[in-house]
Amino acid sequence: MSLKRIDLLICCGSGCLSAGAMKIKERFHEVLQEKGLTNEINIIETGCMGPCDYGPVMVIYPEGIFYKKVTPADVDEIVSEHFIKGRPVSRLMLQDEEENTFSTQKEVPFYQKQVKVALANCGYIDPESIDEYIATGGYEALGTVLTTMSPQDTINVIKESGLRGRGGGGFPTHIKWQMVHDNPGAEKYIICNGDEGDPGAFMDRSLLEGDPHRILEGMMIGAYAIGSNAGFLYIRAEYPLAIKRIKLAISKAKEAGLMGKNIFGTDFCFDAEVRTGAGAFVCGEETALIHSIEGGRGNPTPKPPYPAVQGLWDMPSIVNNVETFGNVPTILLKGAKWFASMGTATSKGTKVFALTGDIRNTGLVEVPMGITLRELIFDVGGGMSGGNKFKAVQLGGPSGGCLTADHLDVHVDYETLKERGAMMGSGGVIVMSDKNCMVNIAKYFMDFCVDESCGKCSPCRIGLKQMLGILERITSGEGKEGDIEELQRLGEAIGKLSLCGLGQTAPNPVLSTIRYFRDEYETHIRDKSCGNKVCLPLMHFNIDKDRCIGCSLCARKCPVTCITGSREEKYTIHQLECVKCGNCQDVCPVKAISRIPGMHPEVTAKRETDAKSTNHHED
Amino acid sequence: MKTLADLKKIREKAQEEMKLRGGSVRVKIVVGMGTSGIAMGAREVMKTFLEEISNRNLTDVLVTQTGEKGLSSMEPVVDVIEDGKPKVTYGNMTPDKVKKVVVEHIVNGRIVSDYVVATGN
Repeated sequence: MSLKRIDLLICCGSGCLSAGAMKIKERFHEVLQEKGLTNEINIIETGCMGPCDYGPVMVIYPEGIFYKKVTPADVDEIVSEHFIKGRPVSRLMLQDEEENTFSTQKEVPFYQKQVKVALANCGYIDPESIDEYIATGGYEALGTVLTTMSPQDTINVIKESGLRGRGGGGFPTHIKWQMVHDNPGAEKYIICNGDEGDPGAFMDRSLLEGDPHRILEGMMIGAYAIGSNAGFLYIRAEYPLAIKRIKLAISKAKEAGLMGKNIFGTDFCFDAEVRTGAGAFVCGEETALIHSIEGGRGNPTPKPPYPAVQGLWDMPSIVNNVETFGNVPTILLKGAKWFASMGTATSKGTKVFALTGDIRNTGLVEVPMGITLRELIFDVGGGMSGGNKFKAVQLGGPSGGCLTADHLDVHVDYETLKERGAMMGSGGVIVMSDKNCMVNIAKYFMDFCVDESCGKCSPCRIGLKQMLGILERITSGEGKEGDIEELQRLGEAIGKLSLCGLGQTAPNPVLSTIRYFRDEYETHIRDKSCGNKVCLPLMHFNIDKDRCIGCSLCARKCPVTCITGSREEKYTIHQLECVKCGNCQDVCPVKAISRIPGMHPEVTAKRETDAKSTNHHED
Repeated sequence: MKTLADLKKIREKAQEEMKLRGGSVRVKIVVGMGTSGIAMGAREVMKTFLEEISNRNLTDVLVTQTGEKGLSSMEPVVDVIEDGKPKVTYGNMTPDKVKKVVVEHIVNGRIVSDYVVATGN
């Protein structure tokens, strides 16, 4: 192999792949071939680099130049200017609002407050190459543990590091491990939970895609600590790339003798298999996940018995999240003290978050525990997109809650978030601007949970449906006094009575939005008005006759022909027929059409007459 | 693979392949690849460096390129940068001169003063 002078790292995480990373890679191959440069330049596909919003992204070493939003048409210029003449293409570099250009990856502000532990290799190595993982220190922790430490020593290191489950609950990892270690059973299982289901969360997927060997190594260290020889990786079928890469990693590890019999010449043998999940949200719950692996229906069962006592095929089992395993090798390499030096008193280390919503830098980030929400959203996330104002942030997906601008200085750790009505969850962060309606958001999450409820226990199956019904009434203008209290009563009951985590936490988005945005619920119920003009029945469109130029475009685009008028008289919307599609607003060349909160008086009057006539018939 | 020593061997070899991404290098060779440099044969100079270094299995040397250096009359121009030593700039380079620079300067640490056009930063 000849000496290379450039490493071209193309991000091939799912975000960049959808944005066309593969086409760019092919174009690079073509152009390099044409110019006879194939021997000088390495093209490497990496996992997610993080700033998905700017995808497809790439980094070019040795300089570490960072390019964003690259298209196949840019490839020629990159090759002829950057690769041949050594002049990086500045128009593809990241710029901030003040037009400062950031040429290298290190300078990009998005990366500056991040501390990468689990994501250390994501976007830096080729995830399909075991050698590149080994080059970064991979499998050294496993080798050291197997040859120099006892299982109990290993658990002690994890205990000292303070590592807690990254899947949401935050249960101390060492306690689970200790329970299974102490169990005398001969057959034990270790399971990696990659059934990531929260809307807007993609931490586990990115880790599995970007650094699969790290997860395997962490899992094998766990297996050694608890005395297990067999593991399962449960990954949802919607993640085909993650499944492909983890399967490839397993076969490469076996080829290299890093998985299989007598690893590192010791008595430790280990084998892992991938199980694909059909995408049910409830299968992220450990007992449901175990039943699904066994081939049964993905329903949860009451705990105790905990999986650590009676898990997969009734044997003692550990279920750990992908990111939890991702931290394990580094903790053993760098030491428990190093890991515990990051974070807060009770939450140690770092956490990976997926930033989404109305935020500028949508993407994957890893920050130390204890960072404030302000730093996470405004420094790392780059602040709100489109010049909008921050309104709320939803943490923890459908199980979590919303926090407001008053909480921006709250430190992100398990306990603090819980006290405020949100939760760490698996790491989905949905940022919302003042254009969002919180009642609608609560309805969205409730709708998700109703769909995903497995139906085994009635509080969750029936109760959540009742809550959704009330929210649907409120957002369609049929809310009545007492609805808020009823939602709270139901929410609290369902939280207490449900069998598993899904039902226990499903009311959280509703309860937390009532807690912090009660006024929005009240305007929806009392004034039949959605202040942010999101809930369609509670807003209407209006044409400003002073601005209307009578061009008739709106009338022609209206699908229900409810707009009439003429050049002289201007145009009017007939509110009773309007379906609120918004076409008229989109096409108006002079922006004479606006959304107005509240029902139109004509609609209100019609509803009242309708209601009276219905009552009359009933009499 | 049976021992940590085996793993270390693989690691060292793999790190070598990844040195462009920030590994430790002893010498950095920077070829000026502006328009005039390329016109005067900088591509051939660059290729020869890559071949020579690869053939000699020099693992701690990195070859990279830069733009116009402002020494158009002396193109192709090459900087040799070593940790803790002043930068050495060679001018009017040819593939034959490159071979000599690799043997003398890069391998044996003796600057080829005949080709030097500037030193220091």
